[in-house]
Amino acid sequence: MKMVEAIVKPFKLDEVKEALTKAGIQGMTVEEVKGFGRQKGHTELYRGAEYSVDFLPKVKIQILVDDDSASKVVAIITDSAKTGKIGDGKIFVSNVEEVIRIRTGEKGADAI
Amino acid sequence: MKIAKKLAAVLSVALILGLFASGESFAQEAPAPGAAEPAKVEAAPAAGDAKKEDPGAAPAQFTQGLMTQIGDAKVALDTVWTLLAGMLVFFMALGFACVESGLCRAKNTVTILAKNFIVFAVASIAFLVLGWGLMFGAGNPFFGTSGLWFVAGADNSPATGDAYQGVYAAINWTGVPLWTKFFFQLVFAATAATIVSGAVAERIKFGAFYIFSFVMVALIYPVVGHWIWGGGWAASLGMFDFAGSTVVHSTGGWAALTGAIVLGPRLGKYSREGKSLPLPGHSLALATIGVFVLWFGWFGFNPGSTMAADAGAIGRIAVATNTAAAAAAISASIAAWLLLGKPDLTMILNGGLAGLVAITAPCAFVSIPSSLIIGLMAGVLVVLSVLFFDKIKVDDPVGAISVHLVCGVFGTICVGLFAQDQFTPNTTGNGLLFGGGAGLLMAQLAGIVGVGIFVFTSSIVMWKIIAATIGIRVSAEEEIEGLDIGEHGNIAYPDFVTVAGRGSSVIGGAGKMSGAPAGYPATELSKGTIS
Repeated sequence: MKMVEAIVKPFKLDEVKEALTKAGIQGMTVEEVKGFGRQKGHTELYRGAEYSVDFLPKVKIQILVDDDSASKVVAIITDSAKTGKIGDGKIFVSNVEEVIRIRTGEKGADAI
Repeated sequence: MKIAKKLAAVLSVALILGLFASGESFAQEAPAPGAAEPAKVEAAPAAGDAKKEDPGAAPAQFTQGLMTQIGDAKVALDTVWTLLAGMLVFFMALGFACVESGLCRAKNTVTILAKNFIVFAVASIAFLVLGWGLMFGAGNPFFGTSGLWFVAGADNSPATGDAYQGVYAAINWTGVPLWTKFFFQLVFAATAATIVSGAVAERIKFGAFYIFSFVMVALIYPVVGHWIWGGGWAASLGMFDFAGSTVVHSTGGWAALTGAIVLGPRLGKYSREGKSLPLPGHSLALATIGVFVLWFGWFGFNPGSTMAADAGAIGRIAVATNTAAAAAAISASIAAWLLLGKPDLTMILNGGLAGLVAITAPCAFVSIPSSLIIGLMAGVLVVLSVLFFDKIKVDDPVGAISVHLVCGVFGTICVGLFAQDQFTPNTTGNGLLFGGGAGLLMAQLAGIVGVGIFVFTSSIVMWKIIAATIGIRVSAEEEIEGLDIGEHGNIAYPDFVTVAGRGSSVIGGAGKMSGAPAGYPATELSKGTIS
């Protein structure tokens, strides 16, 4: 099983969600995060004191998929989250050892 | 059914309009009895002349009664005006609470609100117990010595001038009853005390502020007030401060300055290299509400200081107040735009307040165009002042020192420059810019310096005493966590998990911070400059 973590621009969340659910994905977890990549921040002033705005608001989506679906999900996310402008985000794919559904105790593929 | 509903609606509207129309016709009939009154009044003086020939005639006694009624009506009108104006000033306490909490971080919201709330309660008692007496009791040029306690001195208000008998002669010029005078003056005293709360925010112990406020309203403020409004030495020198740029705002401002100095800056405000770091307020919406409330309340603060329903003055003073506020907000916005690149809302808000503070002393003595100029200057002054105090590392989270001390002093000076005798005859005379010479300006400066020395010294002594006894500043740990929990055991927004603060949430375990402390610029943390 694979965990697909995607960090995307916040306004893209609905689009990504729609695309994923249309493709049959049945669940996901979403977090509000801050981050930056190679894009440079800029400085602002608050009452004369300078501060750098490096961290920009992003949204992190986590989806658990079986090994076969991982690349398809990555493609869907890439497609729906892309704007072509800097700051579009990144996707990480990692292995997952175990998954359990709390309500029923199901494990593994049954729990996805 | 739909048609029936529409018909019912139309009929109801027609009925209401009809009632109004008939109400109008009632109003047209009303003047008739009123029209009879002037006839009686005109008859009275004529009858009065006839009094010499016929002393026992009814019209002579009628004149007496009518004069008493007119006098009572004036007292009633003056009283209603003064009390309502005082209530507007009371409402300013809410304004201060909103501005201060809005411009500070969420983790300190409770303590700031608590300070602003308790200060009014403390002021109410302190001024009642001793403050009023020290300020308005007859005594020496420095403080009152009669009728000190509980406003219990002999007094026959609303008698005025020569008819007044009592120990509070300094305020016998206003024809309202004693408790009305007290109420109006009380809300001013409370305002001076609440100014301090902004500059000491986010690191002062609640208890320290509590105690200081008692002393401020029981002793420091009344002494200053006695000098200028209580018939003291400054008044004798010819210093004029109509509604309190010096008495209220600079007094609060000096105490705020010394508090900020004795406390030191907030943790994380200045980096190890001495760079100033922003600690942005958590709700500029709240701050804006606060400034609007203050502006609103100022319409009681300035025009109300006539303590009389003086139709010739109160409208003019209200317009002077508003004009200065508006001009200052505009000039502050432009100054911030030019100096900082963008029109920082917090600077614009401070600008509006700066104009209000600056016009507070001169409002009754200057023309409307003068108030506009005063406002324009105050707006620029406050922006420069905020940057200045930050540069010399006096940490003032809300700009209280710049708004109240600097513009309070400036406004007091403006009396010496812009006063014109025509507006309040036989008081200030003309200021320097209107051919009156430098005499008035000198008196203003003398008062400013005297008050400055006194309040600076007494407040710094008081802060030091508090620091040496119960302590004045919270621990570094508590300051990082937020004073709400440490000082009060409260969380202002328990349902919100702040991203930077990683959980003030009750569920997460109240008060334990893992990760970045709330409100600290992450860049500085990674550099290790915050201990």
